[in-house]
Amino acid sequence: MTAQAGLRYVYAVCRPFEAALQSQLTGVAGAPPGLLRHHGLVAVVSKVPEGDFAEEPLRDHLEDLDWLAATARAHQGVIDALTTVTTPLPLGLATVFRDDSGVRVMMEAREADFRHTLDRLEGRVEWGVKLYADPPEQESPPAGKPASGRDYLRQRRNRTHEYEEKRRAAEEFARTLHERLSRRAEDSRLHPPQNAALSGVPGQNLLNAAYLVARADSEEFVELVDRTKDEATGMRVELTGPWAAYSFSEPAQSRESP
Amino acid sequence: MTMAGRLPEPYGRDGGGANLADILERVLDKGIVIAGDIRINLLDIELLTIKLRLVVASVDRAKEMCIDWWEYDPELSARARREQLNRENRELRERLAALEALEALEALETGRGQRQEDDR
Repeated sequence: MTAQAGLRYVYAVCRPFEAALQSQLTGVAGAPPGLLRHHGLVAVVSKVPEGDFAEEPLRDHLEDLDWLAATARAHQGVIDALTTVTTPLPLGLATVFRDDSGVRVMMEAREADFRHTLDRLEGRVEWGVKLYADPPEQESPPAGKPASGRDYLRQRRNRTHEYEEKRRAAEEFARTLHERLSRRAEDSRLHPPQNAALSGVPGQNLLNAAYLVARADSEEFVELVDRTKDEATGMRVELTGPWAAYSFSEPAQSRESP
Repeated sequence: MTMAGRLPEPYGRDGGGANLADILERVLDKGIVIAGDIRINLLDIELLTIKLRLVVASVDRAKEMCIDWWEYDPELSARARREQLNRENRELRERLAALEALEALEALETGRGQRQEDDR
């Protein structure tokens, strides 16, 4: 085997940056990521073993949730580290090339695209905001048996009515929240609500949105989200970030309609 | 290099990093898509598929992670189907009881009205 053995896993493309990456940083498969400069752009790359990242083993691995989770976290770890020193253009998980020259060819082919997108994202980060309806209280047992059939029907009607009211209020809150946050962001994307089973977060996910915000405006944006937390009754506002601008790395025409 | 503005401390990252669903949503679905030399269609690995695979792959592991939604999904679980039937049965019985009670009440009220009229 030569020194070049192994495949190349590419995390992100950036403009050249001066700050050093954390010395302890490891990427997927445990190797430290390095920088590959080409035509004034930088690809952030690490070596990965063919035994895990060639087509067939990779396909098998991706079906293994533990492997997928560890790899996704390692990928995100490198992107996170980059976000502290520059504005990375994050690539999707498992973008793998045979060797450095494969990476260079790709960078040349996409150079104009990369420059355009990097300009658009420069100095900006992504904030994730999710709104959850609090899980319904354990269906309160009606105080004693209904005294009569009429009572029963009335209780039932009231319950349905209450539920409908809550749902309407929650939808209205989600809509206004998104409008308010969008006004303070440069761009926004609505993502499909997360399934509680997968996220492990209780309550129905009513809004799952991403906002592109300048670093300089981020503190203000976070304060705005914090304030809305107090206004949400029976609901929970959750903020995540700052993320690299994952949701904004493709041009705007692929934007989902709100 | 521009690093204007101090970034607020990270949110939603405490306790062992960000929610896995948040990370997967981004690294699988978002980010720029580039066809590498190794071609894997990540669309094959959508979140739903992952969940479905979980059911088949490792029930115990999934339960550890509290991903046991299929147990409540009648499409996927015989137990859930049974429970759904039981629940429907219970609801129907309750409604029947309520209707009977209503009828009895009305009969009683009509009867009482009749008696009052008779009394006059």
